[in-house]
Amino acid sequence: MENNHSNNIVEKYLGKTRRIVMGAIFLAIALLVYFVFAKGNSADSLTTFNMTPGGSSSSYPDWVFPTNSYLSFLAGVCLILGAYQLVRGFGKLTNAFLALIAVIFIFSFLSWAASGGSMNLAGLLRITIIRAVPLTLGGLSGILCERAGIINIAIEGMMLTAAFVSTVVASLSNLWVGMLSGILAGALMGWILGVLSIKYKVNQVIAGTVINIFATGLTSFLSQKFIQKTDYQFLNEPGMFPQIEVPVLSKIPFIGPILFNHNIYIFLTIFLVIILSIALFHTRWGLRMRSVGEHPKAADTLGINVIKTRYISVILGGMMAGFAGTYFTLGSSGRFDELLTAGRGFIGLAAMIFGNYNPVGTIGASILFGFFDALAVRASILNVPVPSEFLGMTPYLVTMIVLAGLVGKGHAPAAEGTPYEKESL
Amino acid sequence: MAPILELRGITKRFPGVLANDHINLTLEKGEIHALLGENGAGKTTLMNILYGLYNQDEGEILVNGQKAEINEPTDAIRAGIGMVHQHFMLIPVFTVTENVMLGEEFTKSGGFLDRAKAANRVREISEKYKLNVDPNAYVGDLPVGTQQRVEIIKLLFRDADVLIMDEPTAVLTPQEVEELFKIMRFLVDQGKSIIFITHKLGEVLECSDRITVIRGGKVIGTTLPKDASTKKLAAMMVGRDVELQIKKKKAQTGDVVLDVQDLEVLNPQNQIAVDGVSFQVKAGEVLGVAGVQGNGQTELVRALTGLLKPVDGKISILGQETTNATPRQITELGSAHIPEDRQKDGLVLSFPVADNLVLNTYYQPPFAQGLIAQHDKVIENSLNLVEKFDIRTPSVTTTVSALSGGNQQKVIVAREFSRPIKLLIASQPTRGLDVGSIEYIHKRLIEKRDEGTAIVLVSTELDEVIQLSDRIAVMYRGKIIDTIDGSLANKEILGLLMAGIHPDEDTYARAKSKKEQIVLT
Amino acid sequence: MEKENKPQKKPNSFEIFLEEIQHSSWIVTFLAIMTGIILGGLLAAITSLEMYAAFKVSFWDGIKTGLQVAWSTYSALFTGSVGDFGKIKIALAGGDALEIRRAFFPFFESLVQSTPYIFGGLAVAVGFRAGLFNIGVEGQIFIGALTGTWAGYAITGLPAIIHVPLALLCGFLGGALWGFIPGLLKAKTGASEVINTIMMNYIAFRFSEYMLRGPMKDPTEYTPKTPVIADTAKLYHFFQDPIRFHLGFFIALAVAAFIYWLLFKTTWGFELRTVGANSNAARYAGMSNIMVTILAMALSGGLAGLAGANEVLGVNFRLVPAFSSGYGFDSIALALLGKNHPVGVVLSALLFGFLRSGARQMQLKAGIPIDIISILQALILAFIAAPAIIRTIYRLKESKIKEEEFTLSGWGG
Repeated sequence: MENNHSNNIVEKYLGKTRRIVMGAIFLAIALLVYFVFAKGNSADSLTTFNMTPGGSSSSYPDWVFPTNSYLSFLAGVCLILGAYQLVRGFGKLTNAFLALIAVIFIFSFLSWAASGGSMNLAGLLRITIIRAVPLTLGGLSGILCERAGIINIAIEGMMLTAAFVSTVVASLSNLWVGMLSGILAGALMGWILGVLSIKYKVNQVIAGTVINIFATGLTSFLSQKFIQKTDYQFLNEPGMFPQIEVPVLSKIPFIGPILFNHNIYIFLTIFLVIILSIALFHTRWGLRMRSVGEHPKAADTLGINVIKTRYISVILGGMMAGFAGTYFTLGSSGRFDELLTAGRGFIGLAAMIFGNYNPVGTIGASILFGFFDALAVRASILNVPVPSEFLGMTPYLVTMIVLAGLVGKGHAPAAEGTPYEKESL
Repeated sequence: MAPILELRGITKRFPGVLANDHINLTLEKGEIHALLGENGAGKTTLMNILYGLYNQDEGEILVNGQKAEINEPTDAIRAGIGMVHQHFMLIPVFTVTENVMLGEEFTKSGGFLDRAKAANRVREISEKYKLNVDPNAYVGDLPVGTQQRVEIIKLLFRDADVLIMDEPTAVLTPQEVEELFKIMRFLVDQGKSIIFITHKLGEVLECSDRITVIRGGKVIGTTLPKDASTKKLAAMMVGRDVELQIKKKKAQTGDVVLDVQDLEVLNPQNQIAVDGVSFQVKAGEVLGVAGVQGNGQTELVRALTGLLKPVDGKISILGQETTNATPRQITELGSAHIPEDRQKDGLVLSFPVADNLVLNTYYQPPFAQGLIAQHDKVIENSLNLVEKFDIRTPSVTTTVSALSGGNQQKVIVAREFSRPIKLLIASQPTRGLDVGSIEYIHKRLIEKRDEGTAIVLVSTELDEVIQLSDRIAVMYRGKIIDTIDGSLANKEILGLLMAGIHPDEDTYARAKSKKEQIVLT
Repeated sequence: MEKENKPQKKPNSFEIFLEEIQHSSWIVTFLAIMTGIILGGLLAAITSLEMYAAFKVSFWDGIKTGLQVAWSTYSALFTGSVGDFGKIKIALAGGDALEIRRAFFPFFESLVQSTPYIFGGLAVAVGFRAGLFNIGVEGQIFIGALTGTWAGYAITGLPAIIHVPLALLCGFLGGALWGFIPGLLKAKTGASEVINTIMMNYIAFRFSEYMLRGPMKDPTEYTPKTPVIADTAKLYHFFQDPIRFHLGFFIALAVAAFIYWLLFKTTWGFELRTVGANSNAARYAGMSNIMVTILAMALSGGLAGLAGANEVLGVNFRLVPAFSSGYGFDSIALALLGKNHPVGVVLSALLFGFLRSGARQMQLKAGIPIDIISILQALILAFIAAPAIIRTIYRLKESKIKEEEFTLSGWGG
């Protein structure tokens, strides 16, 4: 009763602003789609999307449609949604419709870019999935740590270390041992983050920075000293996990080659997202771990060992980042180069925030970011008047917009970043 | 039969403090044993030791006559000891069931949570002890009284026989307190034993079977309620006879200083916290604002001092509108503010005393010439104030964090009173202080009133409000439910108002006749 | 909590001195640096194959060779950063001006390397003092370099006395803008500046890539480079080639002095430090947290921008891709090492500058990759941030004075 009352008041003062801002955004996109994307082409131009990724064995006919009329229709949809949002509002569904509008916007953008020519939509989406893998795994690493109350800004450093270790070990033994060694290297880095931030109560952002600088320095040092030199090339030839064509599923037209023809990392990533979602929200371990991240003192009074729980989480987080690191060498490039992670750890962190500290949300955010990443690479090939560097900025900009609360605020673990002091006056 | 719990010679030292000094305490089965003491007397430390959150330096704990090693909360839980903490140990984003089962989860094979089974158990307990809690509600959505019952369920879920309740009434309305006492009595009838920690004398006499008073970390004595009186207990608690009544002259009121009309303020969760409040305060009077914590007082103060922008209504100070003024503009009008949480809002703990004493005047001459700070003037000022307000500090360059709570509060009072002020907004000015400091602060407040300052005193301590106020406004769910004359106020009337109930005419009449009697005698 | 039950004994004066010095955190700083250097030497030794070869001969040979490797690493570092005294002597005796300059080159080159560090360290320190963690120094350096370069080549016909300050100002403003945005977001929406400055870093990298390949590209060059700045925009070089020691170093010192004055002698500095120490109390005291946060981030970004502009106007004279190579991240370590005090920052900037400059020579002479410096910096930073590690290693007593702490919360939305 009382809550309802106050909610109405809130609606009165705040919901209205948000409703109108969102409505305005929807309408602005409608106008953009209509005047720039639809009218920006000659009336009879056609858009062709290739529906089979390059190099795929199966094939599926191209999708050809008149750009102008399709996009005008989509602009109309945006217009109607925007008008409804302005007048009545979608309430709790606002974000869902925002996502829909975003998809329309992206689709319109692609249609416009490909109008008068053709674009390999299937290839783009397939690359999107691939690009999302390290981001998702990085985000999962973040979730494991932050849900237990430890800020992990060191995902990047953990990835780099694991990438290096796995390369050398895999070169000397085999891929699986290499992968395992990378995971263990990640665990070690996670443990170091734990020691600094749990035992020594170092500010967690600084602790993460230490690990990042250290990992960058160490891997570059060893790389220059050894594996980049011709004498030691044998240490930088780990090989790569082969593509797996999932029987039957990979033959599904359009979707099959996009989703079911990848190396093991893509499948393991999806598997890990599912496992972690269940573990976090439906097991004893998950409940305890989240309690430690929300209210460590409450957990302590119920006999949960806060310190141990945090160590386990941060080591698991390190292992996850380590696994992500091995992807760069064993799953993507087949060799180690300095700084080959190129900031993916930080985007993973951003994906975690965008995904509201939730594995499923994180993979969603990663796919979005991965899409822009894939698009940036192709923008130069396409005839898009937006420089590829600007497309490359999108994940960062989106993260900043999310953080500013424009898309609604999520819930960060309440005790994030605070060391646990058992005895204090 | 051995007592269910016995503490022998418990001693605990913190750096510079002897928090517990050879404390002995016994708890018989089926009794409510009150542990009475001032803030800082060592009650909470003792209970944290008993619950395994701290480890004692000396002494031993016996459960049912057997020596028990309690180093971890798990040990306490295993020994059948449970604790409802002063600050609830609940996770707002978890459901009641999740909060209750945490640490003792019901699981299916493979470590998967069995929420349904646990919820059933919670429901059973709730029904058996008449606690009326929905197992599937999110704790953050529940009112404070219900949250407390969730805490009690947590203990019963673990089959605790000894329940420690640390200041359980601090956040409740008098009516909710009644309800709690009923529950406590019911629990004891069912064979549980309770240690009830409090510093409120009345409650002790009302609901305990035995009372132990501790002071300065030592046990002063144990007594039965029938042998005790408020006065006797107060003397035991403080160590000397306490002047329960402060002497003050009749207020000489002047012009209106603060005028508030139809004020509406939101809290940080964007819920309406102050809902159409209007009142005036005149020069030379104290307006007490009473109410259970969380009924909008905090937000009211923050709006008056410019820290929160009201969404509706009007505030004027000395005839000048300050509804949307900044804290600085309001301060410059001659308004002073003793904040509710001195460490969070009132002080920069890592700064020296001297800097804290100019925290809101640092930019004015003589402390600054234009943009340039005048360090020697700041030091000079602090030396004066430290002497005048008797602030106990090694030096003025000592960081405030090194001072005791009472002296920290004195720093704030010195700073605020060192300026010529027309309006003082004092929020919980004595919270957590020892009796000496409380008396000091009270005296200073009355002094200011007599100098012609208008004072708004916001406090959840009824005694304080009744003693100091010339008029008392009671807040309930964001509204001022009534404003009564200070001389008419008693705990019964205020208690009813704080619970949102208007007392009937009889109650007022009784209060009035009682007062006349006092005047007559 | 540890129970200390030590027998009471009257300490003599030396013990008192030891006690005092153990409590001072400067000793921790010193030991942190030394420990970092020792571990760095160890790393150089264990990654050298000579040592393993020597171990095959005998254990002592191995140890000896290991020590030799560490020694040669650090002596190369030393001669690379300060200079070779032998060479200096010979050059001075010879009297040839060029030879003398070559002999003194390492020393001055280290000062040149220290200059951007001073700016960068001040940038991070100003942020920390205001309770803000500016991880975006690297990006702000890029943007400052970009705007400084632009002012250097696009504006012509000015005398140096105007052109140089103008170009520096442009660098400052560019960096300040890059700091202003996360500052504004922090102040207005509470969005974590940690994440936002990281994001701004990558936006800056992409943006400068774009500018170098597009609008600011020198049309006469094939690779992405900006045109060379006008002579009037170049910072004054005190000596002839190869010494690159330039006016920027003294500008950096002057800026450090200015920041000291600003932080500790002005009311605005008091506000900034109050907001950093307790933002609630600052609000209560009538300070504008929003303004302070925004201005502090802008100032922090501006100082970083100066680092970028300084590099272009004093050393490189044009902007090429990937020019900064980690000054920004090192600055975080450096500011903490200097306890966020301008004097401390200048001293640690000199240390880092000498290390970095020496490491270049070391890489050439001893074949030790320059990245060993990053490892060293990470170790030093870890020891500074967790003084308890150093105390444990050297059995120092717990400091009575609480270490300065920075309260930075999580970044949840």
